[in-house]
Amino acid sequence: MSALDLSRVAPGFADPVHGSQASFRALMDALARPGRVQALASGPDTVPEGLDPAAAAIALTLFDIDTPVWLAPALRGGAAETFLRFHCSCPITGDPMAAAFALASAQTPEARLTGFQTGEEKYPDRSTTLVLMCPSLSGGRRLSLSGPGIKGDCEIEPSGLSDAFVSDWAATQSRFQCGVDVFLTCGRQTIGLPRTLSINEVRS
Amino acid sequence: MTPSSDRQPPKLVESSSSDRQAWLGVLARSSPADVAAAWSAVDLSPSFEVLRPAETGLVMVRGRQGGEGGAFNLGEMTVTRAVIRLASGETGVGYVSGRDKPHALTAAIVDALMQSPAHADSVRARMIEPLRRKREDARSEASRKAAATRVEFFTMVRERGPKT
Repeated sequence: MSALDLSRVAPGFADPVHGSQASFRALMDALARPGRVQALASGPDTVPEGLDPAAAAIALTLFDIDTPVWLAPALRGGAAETFLRFHCSCPITGDPMAAAFALASAQTPEARLTGFQTGEEKYPDRSTTLVLMCPSLSGGRRLSLSGPGIKGDCEIEPSGLSDAFVSDWAATQSRFQCGVDVFLTCGRQTIGLPRTLSINEVRS
Repeated sequence: MTPSSDRQPPKLVESSSSDRQAWLGVLARSSPADVAAAWSAVDLSPSFEVLRPAETGLVMVRGRQGGEGGAFNLGEMTVTRAVIRLASGETGVGYVSGRDKPHALTAAIVDALMQSPAHADSVRARMIEPLRRKREDARSEASRKAAATRVEFFTMVRERGPKT
């Protein structure tokens, strides 16, 4: 492994212990209350190019030496990869089927849900969790969510998701309990989409 | 919120990696009290940002018997590390044994200063060299004391090497 170029790497959490604990709590809430926007307030102030503060906070909280991370091609070899290797010590993998986490902009064509590891029947937890950075969590196509954690149903409007997102979600859902979990991020906010959800497009 | 990549890398003092290893080694091996005393004598208070706050952990130390056998795990040791970046842009790392966090932080700051053309010479003269001399003196004192207790057994025949 080559030496890291530390001359430009951005700092992590200002307070690593409480920062990651607060983020972890927010991510738990995001998965327990799908569709509700959660604030990741403790995220770093300075982030490497290509990451938003919420995605950086998720990386600092969840990624470690045991979690291979798939990076979007646009992020590989740049400041974001250095940041992750320095702060999280996580292995970077080019194989989406081997990844515990995937980090990409929502528009990345390679970041389709169906391309990632959905786990096995015996170990559905050995799946990829995707962190998709959106330009905005509002103003996009209206999606209706229903499932555990939501009374009735609720709507979200993340922008920047690929057109195939809803059909890909249904495709991974067909193999439930296998599947992928998703965090949508923007700025310092995130929405959790656990695999238990069913997602439908709202036609108006 | 600014992407950190639009900052230009600073001009660094030309130093070979073994040179840097030498001063990092001096900082790591000196006692926390010695490092703190030497640092207050340097009398600098550069502004810096902390990239990795001082944290304590375990490092597996590996060894090779006779320097050439297969590597084996000798044991774990407690190590404290920190990484900082000076306002002028130099990045310094500090790895020290033990769990003294100020020690690791000071080592990181000194490492960064040693890479900065403005401070390298004065920090070397006022901090690194005194610490190195102090440690060498302590070492030679210890080996002098040990040598004074050497016993020559007159009944033993010293093994000779092969004749050349």
